[in-house]
Amino acid sequence: MPGPDSYRDLREGVRKLCARFPESYWRELDEREEYPEAFVRAMTEAGYLAALIPPEYGGAGLGVAEASVILEEVHRSGGNAAACHAQMYVMGAILRHGTPEQKQRYLPPIARGELRLQAFAVTEPEAGSDTPSIRTTAVRRGDRYVISGQKVWISRVQHSDLMLLLARTTPADQTRRRGEGLSLFLVDLRANLGKTVHVRPIRTMINHHTAEVFLEDLEVPLEDRIGEEGQGFRCILDGMNVERILIAAECVGDGDYFVDRAVAYAKERRVFGRPIGQNQGVQFPLAQAYARVRAADLMRFRAAELYDAGLPCGPEANMAKLLAAEASWEAANAALQTFGGYGFAREYPIERKFRETRLYQVAPVSTNLVLAYLAHNVLGLPRSY
Amino acid sequence: MDVVVCVKQVPDTEQPIRVRADGSGIDEQGLNWILNYYDEHAVEEALRVRERHGGTVTVVCVGPPRATEALRTALAMGADEAVHVWDPALEGADHLGVSRVLAEVVRRMPHDLVLCGRLATDDNASVVGAALAEYLGLAQATAIAKLEIGDGVATVEREVEGGVEVLRVPLPAVFTVERTINEPRYPTLPGIMKAKRKEIRTLSLQDLGLDPAQVGAAAARVRYARFDPPPRREAGRVVTPESPEEGARLIAQFLQDTAKVL
Repeated sequence: MPGPDSYRDLREGVRKLCARFPESYWRELDEREEYPEAFVRAMTEAGYLAALIPPEYGGAGLGVAEASVILEEVHRSGGNAAACHAQMYVMGAILRHGTPEQKQRYLPPIARGELRLQAFAVTEPEAGSDTPSIRTTAVRRGDRYVISGQKVWISRVQHSDLMLLLARTTPADQTRRRGEGLSLFLVDLRANLGKTVHVRPIRTMINHHTAEVFLEDLEVPLEDRIGEEGQGFRCILDGMNVERILIAAECVGDGDYFVDRAVAYAKERRVFGRPIGQNQGVQFPLAQAYARVRAADLMRFRAAELYDAGLPCGPEANMAKLLAAEASWEAANAALQTFGGYGFAREYPIERKFRETRLYQVAPVSTNLVLAYLAHNVLGLPRSY
Repeated sequence: MDVVVCVKQVPDTEQPIRVRADGSGIDEQGLNWILNYYDEHAVEEALRVRERHGGTVTVVCVGPPRATEALRTALAMGADEAVHVWDPALEGADHLGVSRVLAEVVRRMPHDLVLCGRLATDDNASVVGAALAEYLGLAQATAIAKLEIGDGVATVEREVEGGVEVLRVPLPAVFTVERTINEPRYPTLPGIMKAKRKEIRTLSLQDLGLDPAQVGAAAARVRYARFDPPPRREAGRVVTPESPEEGARLIAQFLQDTAKVL
């Protein structure tokens, strides 16, 4: 287990960058529903988004533990890394399943930030958590595939040059297993946007750039298929654990953000002649939330440690995400209650983050699906999904 | 241009400082230590000089083992080398003692320019930079807000009451920098990783041929008598006037009789 100071330099570095993007920056973006372009550029230029890319392709070659610390610090500062965290890990599919040519062609420009690969098109209107039932199809025609279908909740697609796309290449009734017959493609959005790929943004309760994506006879060259034909689902599954761990870290950052702010406010705010933090009714929810955040933090590092050692970490990655998302939400609630009416005020720090951290119990995987996974795969109960 | 930057590690100014119960100093338990902000500007300026004129940037710090973290911060920003000086005999050394140690370090390395922060945010003394120039026998300018390097000479600007003082100073020289001189860069991830791998040389007084009796606690001409925390702020007085007029009268009375500002 890493000690408290294991990532001191890294944390200090990220904090210094984040200090240039104070809460007023995020608040104003939120009001205008704008993408944090300046922040994303700063994170890219400082090399943080290339943390997981091996040095031979121009990245830092760090582990998931370090990558998670980077995102945690962004969230702890009051920022939100959701605008760019996928640039860190979506490339993992190319790294793990791409050919040497694909890696050489795509990873260095992704590491430099010249190419943004931060959209991942899996979910569809008729297939959310149930990935094998997607209907988008890719038909092989000579040296290319022709893809048609519809995707939904495709985050950051408006701010990506490349998009990973999962589509069915063999009808489900012709495969041995449900998860087979799906293939993974790297789509060049620059060449196809507005022609065979149409994007319709979805407005949400938070400043999160997500969209519906319509594909009409999109042509993808054979050399842009990632992994074997029909094995696409397997190619994305091993990236899920990384995503879970990184999201867990963002929740830990959020949790600490809420506790930090609420504790400071509780010490300062005086009612009935004393600081409200002197009341156990205010103290206990904060102490409870703090304890839960710390526990989730340990599970995050446990999962990261296993992943970075090349060991299976599915249960731990899922539990980290589950526990951290719940802990950040509990901390958000405790902070809102501590701030009272001011917690609702737009000019105070709590309400934006309150809305934002709620997302993590829904996405990128819903809490129910994590529980179903644990019940089936760890506890051996009958499969419910 | 070979630039040497002298830095200090100080408690994070954003954290509350607690004074030890016996008044002998500050309670270091749980304190977060950082590179002094002014020194961060000095490192930034040194890096800019290197970018424009080539050469090297070496950071030097006198302080206990934890002070190497401040050196790592400077290395992560892009400094080439770091030298750490510590010796148990330096515990309790005063500003002049530290300046003499720094002078000895600087003397032993190529230096066209020596930069320091204008002050350290822990004791705000502003002594070390000036004393260092004296011990090195070099020209100096303090609290500079602009630096331009010419041929064997530097042009610096100091912000003075009502204007700007422009000085031409022969090199090598020692300058202490104001925070307005630049905006320090934040480290990049590759910078942080490179800094982690760099070796930091630690020198003792013996390595520098210095006598503890001349630079250490024994030689200190300043001794801290006692530390007191700032006085607690009294709770404000609340008055509830019957009318706006009475409120105005009470405030005027307060300003005149109690605060004595009218």
